[in-house]
Amino acid sequence: MSAENPITQSAVDSAVASALAAINEASDLAALKAARATSVGDQSEIAKLNALVKNLPNEFKASAGQLIGKARGELNSAFAAREAELFAVEERAKLAAESVDVTSAAAPTRLGARHPLSLLQDQISDVFVGMGWEIAEGPEVESEWFNFDALNFDADHPARAMQDTFFVDPVESHLVLRTHTSPVQVRSMLEREVPIYVLCPGRVFRTDELDATHTPVFHQVEGLAVDKGLTMADLRGTLEHFARIMFGDDAQIRLRPSFFPFTEPSAELDVWHPGAKGGARWVEWGGCGMVNPNVLKAAGIDPEVYSGFAFGMGIERTLMFRNDVRDMHDMVESDVRFSEQFGVNL
Amino acid sequence: MRIPLSWLAEYVDLPADATPESVMADLVKVGLEEEGVHNFGVTGPVVVGQVLSFEPEPQSNGKTIRWCQVRVAAEGTQAADGGADVRGIVCGASNFEVGDKVVVCLPGAVLPGDFKIAARSTYGHVSDGMMASARELNLSDDHAGIIRLHTMGLDPKVGTDALELLHLNEQAAEVNVTPDRGYCFSIRGIARELSHATGADFRDPKSNAHIERAEGFPLTISDKAPIRDTACTQRVVLRVVKGIDPTKPTPPWMVARLKMAGMRSISLVVDITNYTMLELGQPTHAYDLDKFKGGMTIRRALPGETLKTLDGHERKLDIEDLVIADENGAVGLAGVMGGESTEVSDSTVNVLVEAAHFEPISIARSARRHKLTSEASKRFERGVDPRMADNAAARVVQLLEVHAMGAADSLGADYRAESPISPIWLPAEFATELVGVEYSADEITDILQQIGCVVASVDGGFEVIAPTWRPDITHKTDLVEEIARIGGYHRIPSRLPVAPPGRGLSTTQKRRRAIVNSLAASGHVEVLTYPFLSSQANVWFSENKSRPVVKLANALQEEAAEMRTAILPGLIEAAKRNYSRGLTDLAIFEEGSVFEPISMIGKNQPLPVGNQLPTPSELAALKATIPAQPKHLAVLFAGNRVADQVGLSARPADFKDAIQAVRVVAHAVGVEPIVRQASPEGFHPGRTAEILVPTASGELSIGFAGELDPQLALDNNLPRRIAAVEINLDRLYAAAPKVVQASEIGTMPAATQDLSLVVDANLPAAEILTTIKVGAGDLLENVVLVDDYRGENVEPGKKSLTFALRFRAADRTLTQAEASEARDSAVALANDKFGATLRA
Repeated sequence: MSAENPITQSAVDSAVASALAAINEASDLAALKAARATSVGDQSEIAKLNALVKNLPNEFKASAGQLIGKARGELNSAFAAREAELFAVEERAKLAAESVDVTSAAAPTRLGARHPLSLLQDQISDVFVGMGWEIAEGPEVESEWFNFDALNFDADHPARAMQDTFFVDPVESHLVLRTHTSPVQVRSMLEREVPIYVLCPGRVFRTDELDATHTPVFHQVEGLAVDKGLTMADLRGTLEHFARIMFGDDAQIRLRPSFFPFTEPSAELDVWHPGAKGGARWVEWGGCGMVNPNVLKAAGIDPEVYSGFAFGMGIERTLMFRNDVRDMHDMVESDVRFSEQFGVNL
Repeated sequence: MRIPLSWLAEYVDLPADATPESVMADLVKVGLEEEGVHNFGVTGPVVVGQVLSFEPEPQSNGKTIRWCQVRVAAEGTQAADGGADVRGIVCGASNFEVGDKVVVCLPGAVLPGDFKIAARSTYGHVSDGMMASARELNLSDDHAGIIRLHTMGLDPKVGTDALELLHLNEQAAEVNVTPDRGYCFSIRGIARELSHATGADFRDPKSNAHIERAEGFPLTISDKAPIRDTACTQRVVLRVVKGIDPTKPTPPWMVARLKMAGMRSISLVVDITNYTMLELGQPTHAYDLDKFKGGMTIRRALPGETLKTLDGHERKLDIEDLVIADENGAVGLAGVMGGESTEVSDSTVNVLVEAAHFEPISIARSARRHKLTSEASKRFERGVDPRMADNAAARVVQLLEVHAMGAADSLGADYRAESPISPIWLPAEFATELVGVEYSADEITDILQQIGCVVASVDGGFEVIAPTWRPDITHKTDLVEEIARIGGYHRIPSRLPVAPPGRGLSTTQKRRRAIVNSLAASGHVEVLTYPFLSSQANVWFSENKSRPVVKLANALQEEAAEMRTAILPGLIEAAKRNYSRGLTDLAIFEEGSVFEPISMIGKNQPLPVGNQLPTPSELAALKATIPAQPKHLAVLFAGNRVADQVGLSARPADFKDAIQAVRVVAHAVGVEPIVRQASPEGFHPGRTAEILVPTASGELSIGFAGELDPQLALDNNLPRRIAAVEINLDRLYAAAPKVVQASEIGTMPAATQDLSLVVDANLPAAEILTTIKVGAGDLLENVVLVDDYRGENVEPGKKSLTFALRFRAADRTLTQAEASEARDSAVALANDKFGATLRA
């Protein structure tokens, strides 16, 4: 005769149903925590049924244990799922409470900027460094010999007076504020071994009063190549490459005959500026030519063996038509708004 | 050079529709530069009128005007403006008489300055036109009265178009002539160049007048001190013209051409010499023969000699000045300007004409010495054709005969010492080698002959004799330029040369970039200021207020005549400008040279000559004269570093920002700067640091960072608190590693400890920090000062500094005991050196 097994399927189902109801009723994590004991904990129906198992006759123990184990597993998963669900809801609410107006974001640090004239010199330098050239520099207070004599400016030639030179006091010191960066070319030829391919950017000075298109202190970049067999074709090719990088693939250059003491033949350089404000056009850009043999001689280079070309242009002027700066005053007045509009790239 | 088109057309064919613009465009092709267009600016109905009658009418303003009846067209015909043949005209001038023929601007005419003529009511009449003065027509500065045509030797019919009569339709193109092209300061030179550009025929105006021999006028050339061993003159031609009529006016066409060429009409004789100069490029001078005493001597000025030049200035001559002298002394500064004593006047009847070639350098020096640039000196400086003197003299004589009714005399002189022109050897391939264009032997010969060279084809090249008017052509390269420009620069092909592999930017160049980019990236704005300062501003930051500086001899402004010894004064000026524009939160910086004089200034030896390599010792001496020009960096902060914003309160800029800027800069080149309390000139004595860097030879001071002396800021209309930096970058670079050496990055766990030390309040925190580093030894990886506390629980006169220490061993997990031990030895050393105690 066997006793009746009190752990029936229906008893277990009923225990599970009441526990699930308690779990689902909980509407937040606190309520769920409070419902833990009566749904899955010691106080739950299922726990009570489980307590009965150890007193059951052995023949029922296995099946009853199995029945309850499955039910408990089901309840634990349900509890965990509900817990995760409620956690997510509460977390979202918390984030919602943290939200801000991102459009009002403060600037905890300020933005800086480079001056476009110094930046443009760097960018031009990069073009030539990319071609294997090097960047040469020299002093701004310079000996007249480097600024004039070595560059084939005779002391009495009108070309020398043309340059509107600042002289250092006393004039017998033979010191000037360099009127161009060409003395750096002379220094480069004296200090370097041929072949020489250098670019000389820097600040130069002429006695022009400041107005919309002139400034007594301005910047130039000059290039010099001295090698065997260089011709004006190499000069043109170099300038064309340079112009395309500065003004786009459609840029072209045009040479017009001119005169500079330090080059022969000499040329004025115009650039076809496809992106010019108001339409593509030719713009006067600089001067260039083949290095005058007298200049090579002053630097101890044999003009019968080597030839060279040189070119130069104003950085201010380049910035004016490349970036549509209308007035020289903006470049020299140190108004921070002028630099700031360019940031760190042109 | 201004080129009246009708004049140019006499010597080179112009297309019928030629304009100043089209002429300039052609000249640009051969190397002249466009400058602009000139005309009289007179248009519309301007005619010859005749004064029929006038009534003087005194006015209440004291003036007397004349109410005139003027015939402006033949009786019964329509005037040029379509109106009546006789007009009533109010005229303010009173230099005319009834019957005078005058220039009448009828309604519809426009005069210079866009002055439109219309019938208008004035002084109680309707004035139906205007009688013009020479100035109103842009002919001269003469505004003493209206033009009376008979004084100009003219008697045209009434109604004649006065624009044609007076050549007011003349117009001119202006081109800029480069200093090597002296011959282009003449119609002759420009016509030749235009023929090169267009291929049109050139007719040489040198043949305008027939050269006749004249002799017997005493002429002595005596140059005892030739400049650079070059004879002062190659050619002097003297001619005499007798019996001119001094009352003869300059013909209108000549006045108009001179005017359009940019010269005033002065008197017939002077106008003729100027006209000849413009035409041939050869300056000429006319003396009143009756004032010229004895023969002519060309010599250097005597010591103490003076000369009153035509501009009325009494000039003290230099013994290097070349002069024209008569028996009584200098009568002219050769090639520059004549003298008053022999000036032609309206009573001159006999004229001595001089046409000479003078050596350029002598003339250039005289012109510069006397600050007297004349049309003549401008040409001589650039080189005048030495074979043009006889042609020019003949042309002046011819024009004096035709227009002044003079008679050429057999009296004259002709001095010739022409230097031969050496042939230039031009190798056949040289032009192609230099220009990169294939030139055939025929083309080279053609082009060189076109520009006036004598070309002899020799085996392997050419022997070329440059034309006399091209003293600039002395070398085969000069010939190549001619070949290239006449052949056309457009033919030059394009080829990109391949440079040998470069080394990239130099170390210093990379460092400079790292610095300026780091500053920009950390919220500083780069500016560029002029390096010119006043003597006051230049010593704001100098202990030695009388330090020598580099000063300009010809500064644009006296208050900016010194070269800067520091950049900060420029940034202060920049800050002022930004302030004045309402930009008050500033963080600006500039990198650049400053200038430090050396003792050699003013004691220099003469320069080595150009065009040849100086000796090494000459070069070294030359370089030793040049002032040191170290690179500096300055930074200036004003207003707030962080502005008031949502969730942030404003933080005014102060010394911390200055020191941080130094850290940014030093970090950019791999240097750990040393900050030390200091009170340098121009800075706030208690809020400024000296910045030092460690070098192999010890600590090197590189400058200062902190706050400006508030008084200096206030004196410059800036707020009291201005933070600032001025450092010497060359010295910073001396401490910068060429290559940054890596240290091992430990991966073992770290042990952190805090440490509060009580020390004397005036002990710099940096010294304690250094001591902790030394005391704690190798296990200490990092130490940061996190708090400086004074007050309750800390004895007065003391402060409590709290440091956060991070320890790490390379090979094991540190125990707290090991960390504590290291910390304790740091405390012990601090105690030992400064009496520091652990805060309870």
